[in-house]
This record gives sequence, structure tokens and C-alpha cells, in this order.
Amino acid sequence: MNLDMLAMQAFTGLSIFTILMLMALGLAIVFGLMGVINMAHGELMAMGAYCSYGTALFFERFLPGLMGLYIFVGIALAFVVTSLFGYLLERGLIRFLYKRPLDTLLATWGVSLVLQQLFRQLISAKEVEVPTVSWLHGAWQATEGVSFPLSRLFIIGLAIVTAVLVYLLLFKTRWGLRIRAVTQNRAMAGAAGINTTKVDAYTFALGCGLAGIAGSSFTMLASTGPTTGQQYIVDTFIVVVFGGVESLLGTIFSAFIIGQMQSWFEYSLSGSMARASILLLVIVVLYFRPNGLFAAKVRR
Amino acid sequence: MSKFNRRDFLKATAVTAAAGAVPAPFIWPKGAQAADTVRVGILHSLTGTIAIAEKSVVDAEMLAIDEINKSGGVMGQKIEPIIEDGASDWPTFAEKARKLMEKDKVAAVMGCYTSASRKAVLPVFEKLKGLLYYPTYYEGLEMSPNIMYTAQEATQSVIAAMEWLHTNKGKTFYMIGSDYIWPRTTIKIAKATLTRLGGKLVGEGYYPLGHIEFSSEINKIKAAKPDVILNCVVGGSNVAFFKQLTAAGINGSNQTLLSLAVSEEEVSGIGAENTVGTLTCMGYFQSLKNPANEKFVKAFKAKYGANRVLGDTLECGYISVYLWKLAAEKAKSFDVEKVVAASSDLPIDAPEGKVHFDKSNHHLWKHARIGTFLPDGQVNMIFESPLLAPNPFPKL
Repeated sequence: MNLDMLAMQAFTGLSIFTILMLMALGLAIVFGLMGVINMAHGELMAMGAYCSYGTALFFERFLPGLMGLYIFVGIALAFVVTSLFGYLLERGLIRFLYKRPLDTLLATWGVSLVLQQLFRQLISAKEVEVPTVSWLHGAWQATEGVSFPLSRLFIIGLAIVTAVLVYLLLFKTRWGLRIRAVTQNRAMAGAAGINTTKVDAYTFALGCGLAGIAGSSFTMLASTGPTTGQQYIVDTFIVVVFGGVESLLGTIFSAFIIGQMQSWFEYSLSGSMARASILLLVIVVLYFRPNGLFAAKVRR
Repeated sequence: MSKFNRRDFLKATAVTAAAGAVPAPFIWPKGAQAADTVRVGILHSLTGTIAIAEKSVVDAEMLAIDEINKSGGVMGQKIEPIIEDGASDWPTFAEKARKLMEKDKVAAVMGCYTSASRKAVLPVFEKLKGLLYYPTYYEGLEMSPNIMYTAQEATQSVIAAMEWLHTNKGKTFYMIGSDYIWPRTTIKIAKATLTRLGGKLVGEGYYPLGHIEFSSEINKIKAAKPDVILNCVVGGSNVAFFKQLTAAGINGSNQTLLSLAVSEEEVSGIGAENTVGTLTCMGYFQSLKNPANEKFVKAFKAKYGANRVLGDTLECGYISVYLWKLAAEKAKSFDVEKVVAASSDLPIDAPEGKVHFDKSNHHLWKHARIGTFLPDGQVNMIFESPLLAPNPFPKL
């Protein structure tokens, strides 16, 4: 392996890291902080992707001159639509299940099946084409042998911005303080005067909105169809569980480690073997650290 | 977003539900129904992962049934389609196959898409002496007395494609596929052919179905610098593969890439700008110029909408119904054994050209065709093989 290849593989690792992080941030909040096993996370990402699709169609028809900007509108719309859906989902279903976390698994799995079939009936059973904006076509030629695809660079940027915003929200605002208080001890937080039902609903909506952002931006790399969510859900859960539920930082580290492993294993082994090796390593780590790499020390 | 989807699905569901509500008739002699109709089962996934591919096959089969009914039916009997949803779940396929044969007493079934679903229904068809028409190109290595295979088996596409590529495009190959039986078998045949031709394999990679991260593989391809990439990736992974290839600067203008599982239908999801200039090998293209195909395309678009795209599997589903009709008329019976016997050497003037069943092995003699994807997602054919004998059990 020469230096060029080394650089490109390192970039691949970085790219997979940011993709996994973007996928997992929303789930880390919903599952990690709130304890809701949200099996519909993947379908929320698909919903975000369809928002991008709809926005692209709208711009193509009515604002062809501004087509280059549709991606930002698509991402914003995806956030709004999925977080709104998340809010309604929390109010209508999830809030009755906080004391029965395993039942959230079944309920949200049902929601995921319903959403899949809705996409199939209302939009199309086939995959739809979401165009990549023209300024993200192609690659940045760093040196003669080294090039970095622009769409991946964009996702790296988006992931960093999103992660920073989530960090600021959770740790630097009063909202974040309330969220952390409620997730640590709902009863005490309520006694201290925090409106816990409201915080729950908004937190869940935030987690879902992040899924929407991820799904919307991944249209540049992968397919958009009724079963798109299924492509993401397993990886997303692995990242969150491996990093340690209840730890956002753990999720980010876990995404980094898995991203690097995937990049280098896929380079040296075949794709399927790489996948199997990663899963094996995750199992071994979870055997010795059942609460994940960065388990928070909490009193049970 | 065809206007077909919801309405016809509901209609189909209603028909199925109604059929289910009627108690099974007392004893009907096998294959015969109330005097003026004959029942044919349609067994595909309308829900679940594979619905993405199978729903349009149902459309094509229903079109054929409509056409046949409008022109007087089969031996004077109208075809009554019974649609069942296999739900992308293999045990469900087996259960629904049994229901179609035992309860509905269908004379034949058009159905299945994945090999897994076919393997699941095969014992049911053999035990109940039913008849299945299978319309998907597949890996071969099978010849059930109760199944008629109306698409290409692996040798009919991959060997022709490899020979053509080796002669016209280059000697070094990189092969990539999804990790299950069809790509594995196809690449195995491709490698054996490559050895025979004296070409060289410079890399090979398999990824789980639904995998969406190909950047490491693309780096490997860049390092290996193959003359030709042979792509056996399937389904949604293809969207990721093509988009990421394009983003990495590999496209139809600077790299020969031939896909064995990308038809015009898949391109609508991948995006034509990502496939333009790459090659595909199929038995049928929508752009084929012949009267039977022009009639087929026109009828399909008239029924389901002008924006619909046709592909290989769709056409194979369409001719399956006609092949069954022709065989039944030749046998003057709906009896499975007689229909199968009458299918030997049976010719048909299909949209893909004049093809015919083999004398004994239940597969069709077909053309392998290679074409280039155009910017509108259609295919410009650049090579057509003579009729190739089906050889489901190749010696490698």
C-alpha cells in the first residue's frame, strides 16, 4: 500500500465515522438518554430522505435556478418533518410506555412496518432518484493520486456541525440542563418543578429530527426507498450499544472506532468478512464491558 | 409514483379477500373450474423488502391476463387471476403456494422473484403437482419437473458477456457482488470463463445484501486498475455503489463497467446520470425494435402510465402467461403434465424476439444482449448473441 492509498483509506475511515455518528446521534438521545428502543429510527431517516426527494422535485419544477441550494432546504425540511412526527409519536404512543422499555421495541417496530408500507403505497414501491446538487459532484483532487469525494466532505462538515450543536444544546442551555435532569431522575426533576412530559416530548422530537437530518444527507450516498431505513438501523444500534448507552461521548468514540475498523477491514478482507469481524469484535468487547465502552456510572 | 399502485393493490386485495371468503368448492377435478373461467395464481411480494422489484412483475402479468381475456381467453375460458402476497417472506410464499393449489385449484402459478422464495415453494409445487412459471434471471443449478423457467439462467448471460468483454474491452477484470447464491454462482462461472479465455482476475469482493458503504472497495478498484469491472451487486446496494463510484470519479466515460443485475427499472432509482455509459447484459431491453415489443411497451404504458419503465423481469413475467396459454392450447388441456409436455420446444413471438423452450430442461433458448445506458436511462443495444441454449448445470 502506498502513501496515496493510505491517505484515501484514512479519509474513508473518517467519512464512515462521520456517517455513523450522524446516524447514531439521534438514537443516542432517544435510546441512550430516554431509554426508548426506537426501532423506527431507520424509517425516520428514510422519511428525511423522502423530504429531500420532495424538496428536489419542488425546486426542479418551480425554482430551477436555485437548484444548487435545495440541499439545505431539504435538510431543514427533513429536520422539521421528522421532529414533528417524533413529537406526535411521543404524545400518541411512546409516553405510555416509559415504564415498559421492552414494549417500546415492539411498538416502534410496528411503527416502522407501518411507515415502510406507507412509503410504498403513497410514494412508490421502487426506489426514487434524489439528484445530488451539482456543486457536490465529483471529487477534490488533493494531489495527483489522492482525491476526496465532495459529497463525503459535505457530510463530514454536516456531522461536525450537528454534533457541536447537540453538545451546546445539551450542556450549555437551560433546555439541555432540564433534559439531563429528567433523564437522570424523572421523579426528582418533576419534584423540582420541571415539566417532565414537555421535556420528554421535545427530547424525543429532537432525536427524531436528527435522524431526519442524517437520512436527508445520505441521499447523496445511498438509495431512497421504502426499505432504506433497514440499511441503517442495525449499524445505528451497534454504534450506540457499543459506545455505551447513556453516553453521548461514548457514541461518538464508538462511531470513530467502528468507522476505522470498517475502513481497514474492508480494505484488507472481503466486505462480508470485514462485517463479520467487526461484529465479532463488538461481541468480545461487550462480553467484557456489558454496558459498552463508555458506560456511565449511574446508581440503579 | 404510478397511478397504478394504491388503487389496483386495493382492488387486488379485495378480489383476494373475496376469493378467500367463498368456501372452497366441493370437489373440482384438478385444473378445471366453473365452465367459463380458469384460475391462475399470481404469487409475488406486494409488501416487504422485495416488493420493490416484484410489484411491477405483477403489473406485467396482469397485463398479459387482461390481453388474453380480451381476445377470448384460453380455449374459450377467461383467466381468473388470484393474487397472493408472498410478503418477502419465504415461509409465507410456501404457505400461499399451497393455498393457491389446494384451495383455489389454480391451473398454474406465475410467481417468485428471489431464488430463496423459489426454493421455498419448490417442494410444495412438486408435492401437489402444481405448475410454477418463474420469471427472474437466476443462477441455474435447478430443474424441477413442476417449474418452467422463463428468464435467463446464469450461463445465458454471464458467459456471453465475458466473451464479448474479453474480445472488445480488455483482459483484466475486477468482480464485485452481493454476498448470496446468485452473485457467487455467477462470478464463479465468470471466473471459469475468464480462465478459459486467458484473461486475468485482479480483484474480487462480496458485500452483504443492503450494504451501502463501498469507498474501501472503490479504493481497491482504483489501485487494481482493471480493464473491466463486472458488477453483480443487487438491489439498493447498487444505488450506493454507482453514486459512490461517480463521486470518486469513476464513470462510464473512463471505465468499462458491466452490470448483470441492473436493468432500466433499477436505473430509475440509481439515477441515470450515475449509470450513463456503463454496460448491462440482459435478455430484454425496452428499446428493442420489433413489432411484438412495440405493442408490449405501448400496452403497458397505456395501462399503467407513460412514465413507467420496463425491464427484463417484467417482460419475462409477461411472456410467462402467454407461454402457459400456448402450451395449454397445444395440449388442449390444463392438466399440468400435459402442459409441461406440450412446452417442449414451444416457440413464442415475444417482445424479446422469437424464443422457444428447450426440448427437455424447462428453460428458454434466449439471446444475451449487451447495451450501453443512455442519459435518459434507456439502453442502446450494441451486441446481440444468437439464441443460446439453456444450460442450467454447466461444467466448469
